[in-house]
Amino acid sequence: MLEPSVKIAQLVKKFEDKTALNGISLEVLPGEMFGLSGPDGAGKTTLMRILCGLLDFQEGEVLVLGKNLKTELEKVRSLVGYMPERFSLYPDLTVKENLRFFGRLFQVPEAERKEREKRLLRFSGLEEFQGRRAGQLSGGMKQKLALACTLIHQPEVLFLDEPTTGVDPVSREEFWQILNELKAQGTTIMISTPYLDEAEVCDRVAFFYQGKILACDSPAKLKELFSGELYELKGEGLFALAQQLSSLGLEGVVEVQLYGDRLHFHLEEGTNSEKVISQALKRFNRTDLTPRRISPGLENVFAWLIRQSELKANV
Amino acid sequence: MFEDLAVRTENLTRRFGRFIAVDRVSLEVARGEIFGFLGANGAGKTTTIRMLCGLLSPSEGEGWVAGYSIRTQPEEIKKIIGYMSQKFSLYPDLKVLENLKFFGGVYGLEGEELEKRVGEVLEKLELSEWSEEITAQLPLGFKQRLGLACAILHHPQIVFLDEPTSGVDPLVRKKFWELIYQLAEQGTTVFVTTHYLEEAEYCHRLAIMHQGRIIAYGSPGELKHHWQEPSIHRVFIRLVKEGGR
Repeated sequence: MLEPSVKIAQLVKKFEDKTALNGISLEVLPGEMFGLSGPDGAGKTTLMRILCGLLDFQEGEVLVLGKNLKTELEKVRSLVGYMPERFSLYPDLTVKENLRFFGRLFQVPEAERKEREKRLLRFSGLEEFQGRRAGQLSGGMKQKLALACTLIHQPEVLFLDEPTTGVDPVSREEFWQILNELKAQGTTIMISTPYLDEAEVCDRVAFFYQGKILACDSPAKLKELFSGELYELKGEGLFALAQQLSSLGLEGVVEVQLYGDRLHFHLEEGTNSEKVISQALKRFNRTDLTPRRISPGLENVFAWLIRQSELKANV
Repeated sequence: MFEDLAVRTENLTRRFGRFIAVDRVSLEVARGEIFGFLGANGAGKTTTIRMLCGLLSPSEGEGWVAGYSIRTQPEEIKKIIGYMSQKFSLYPDLKVLENLKFFGGVYGLEGEELEKRVGEVLEKLELSEWSEEITAQLPLGFKQRLGLACAILHHPQIVFLDEPTSGVDPLVRKKFWELIYQLAEQGTTVFVTTHYLEEAEYCHRLAIMHQGRIIAYGSPGELKHHWQEPSIHRVFIRLVKEGGR
């Protein structure tokens, strides 16, 4: 069996009186695309900052590429790449100058560095913008440049903290093409993201909540954790309907959730679902809508995991 | 004849040197409407919003916000709008509570009314537990909540929200939208940009901007029907990739 690229056992991190990470254990395999998901403040950024050696921790053991973070931190730093939420590019330097700066910072040998700069410019689609100042780039291009700078020392493991936040949908697709190429070349990637369509394409996803991992598995396996029946309604004017339904407290209905132009009814296993839904629709004169049974998406699973965790906490 | 309009622009144009950031944009937003403003990074959305907020003057064309001209009455406009900028613009060294009180004060709230409003928005955005934290130390999603809180504190007639849900987790994004709906129901006009295109489906009407121009305009249903696509996400990708042709 392959040795994991990242191995974390019982990690605890406290900030004064706040416990940011409360006994985290996980392993990331070489070449894996590993996603971190979960609410704001759940501990994802803290974990990434620990993994690249920017933050110390109180308990537990962390190995990155087989090296212990407590004793071999310096060795780890040169082997990993970290792209924080707000990557600091130099706005007054050009695209190429930024790359050169980071190459020198990581002491990439001169000849090698030039070669890599060229390759990364091509790879990230920034070739024709190499003379443009970083401050003049669009949001999507800035993120691509930040990624290129993170890659200049050829890290084996990448930690990307919400790299596509604030990036438009078209640039986001392009950014993921780059990530998939990196993965194909064997790079291990840990990425946090608020976009569930991105979590969906990871090999495995860890779902964080209040400093703990509530579940960690492939998206397909995570969906098996969901229990109950799910029905979808599609149409206009669902927001008002969702508000009305939520305030009603229908029997057998776990939750009514709105996702864009779709409304999801989550019902307990064994409920006469179709009847409950059609009665509710009649009541609000929305018989124009037709419920359709669907399988859960990650959004449903995560909402479910949080609900379960809160129920447990209240017992 | 335009009194029902919260926002109206006519050939609004802004140039920076030779670069045309906003190119003859004409649009109308009704009072109480949730108007979604979509586009790739650099399409001109933020520049348009900054003109509408009276922060940047147009090179050509004209715009009215609540009937006030953005050319000649920007000061009047500033009093009745709320603006949540894409770039975080709160004081990082102040506590959450201090930022709220400061911005409330700027907008003329004081005494009991200020206390009451601050309490309300803290609760609504689930920020109460964080009120004594230094703003700089908040996770990104909480900073965004605070940004929204500061923008709506003074009950503005019109709020301009520039990527309010950027970096906010999916469950809280829904709460943001519940709040946006509440605002609209109370008669507030909401002008909002987003890159989460499932959120675009919540808007009453949308404009898609590409390279400074509006290339699609209508309700989510109309746009999907017109382009024969199942979602706004698909409409957007198609239009922007085709370059607005």
